[in-house]
Amino acid sequence: MKNRTWISGLASILTLSTLLLVVPITLSANGNALPPQSVYNLQVAIEDQLGEITGLDRYKGQPVLVSMFYTSCPHVCPMLISTIKLTESKLSVEERAQLRVLTISIDPQRDTPENLYQIFQRHSVDSDRWSMVRPKPGDVRKIAGVLGIKYKQLPDGEFSHTTKIVLLDRDGTQVASTDQLGRPDAAFLEAIRTSLQ
Amino acid sequence: MRNLIYSITVVAVLAGSAQLAQASEFVPISGGEFRSVIPEAEGDNLIAVDNFSVQDAPITNAEFLRFVLLHPEWQRGSAVSLFVDEQYLSRWAGPISLAAESGPQQPVTQVSWFAANAYCESQNARLPSWYEWEYLAAANDDMADARHLADWRQSILSWYSRTGGDQIADVRSEPANYYQVFDTHKLVWEWVDDFNAFLVSGDNREQGGADQLQFCGAGAISMEEKENYAILMRVAMLSSLEARYTTRNLGFRCARQGEDRQ
Repeated sequence: MKNRTWISGLASILTLSTLLLVVPITLSANGNALPPQSVYNLQVAIEDQLGEITGLDRYKGQPVLVSMFYTSCPHVCPMLISTIKLTESKLSVEERAQLRVLTISIDPQRDTPENLYQIFQRHSVDSDRWSMVRPKPGDVRKIAGVLGIKYKQLPDGEFSHTTKIVLLDRDGTQVASTDQLGRPDAAFLEAIRTSLQ
Repeated sequence: MRNLIYSITVVAVLAGSAQLAQASEFVPISGGEFRSVIPEAEGDNLIAVDNFSVQDAPITNAEFLRFVLLHPEWQRGSAVSLFVDEQYLSRWAGPISLAAESGPQQPVTQVSWFAANAYCESQNARLPSWYEWEYLAAANDDMADARHLADWRQSILSWYSRTGGDQIADVRSEPANYYQVFDTHKLVWEWVDDFNAFLVSGDNREQGGADQLQFCGAGAISMEEKENYAILMRVAMLSSLEARYTTRNLGFRCARQGEDRQ
């Protein structure tokens, strides 16, 4: 019995050694290796306001502003969206055309594509450059984790969350962020301009 | 060479005779109501915890080694730096070998939230929520909630004053608590699923400056159960972390959803 255990042990080592030869390299959709800090290393599915499902890297190749929100949010989230729009409005038309915006729901149970679409329409954002998406419930904390966003569900079904807007470069690496609401953050705006060059 | 021999031995031990190392079992925990140090909403710190099950001890180095052998993308040197910091598994001798000061039955530390989360997912489990962890940690060896005992609180607190360089003991070295769960105190700090839910309060929904948004939450935390310093220290520590951070004393255990209460 002892021998058999030992032999099955050896067999397992051989199997495991084979596994170890497989070196994992994260490849993005177009086959390029990602920088190790890139948020796009997190492979999760997101569903947008039209029901289309992609990865987090749907805007790879363009600088992106990313934030987290939820559609039933009464005060801060509308302000978050208007702050992003206000920030965008400080850019030239050419600059703005290159920038993408991704707002991710922390309330995927309630934020169906239909609800996301309503908010999308209400804020009349540019559908070529913006999307509002929901992850799978089990992926929300992972996304918050890579973006450094904190949130908590409250007993009344509302959420508290930090109002961070993150700038990702073309490869998905976080290059700047701001918590400033209501008026554009000058340093953040400068970082956006730099990333667009 | 020595390391190689050591790692081969460890792998043989793990693969051949899992019974040598006592594996963590999931212990069923009956939910209930308790007063948390963290109010769920302003002034409301009576929290209902559903039934759940939880591993009876923190994940050991042996258990985590088995995980990284099966999931090489989580080995030191291979894990993507979005998910782990530079100190990830740094107490091990190598990517797949433990070290004398980091033995198979010691709790694994220097693991990030992402790595802990991936481990639990591989066990068809998840990290416990903060409230689940706090509920467990309220128990001493014969009472579900021993937090009113000043002596007991003091004995827990004394652990926090030891020096950081002390050797970490093996899991299950101390008696189990009321729930037959080991090492909720005095061994390591533990990740929870919602570690990034602290510092946020209802006040955050109001408009204010960036600093104000960050700090209203912190104020809310400190207002309940002030004598429970040991638990508040855990909250303060967890709230200072990012999901990719690792520390020398930070480990984890996994949990699963329980049956609905009758």
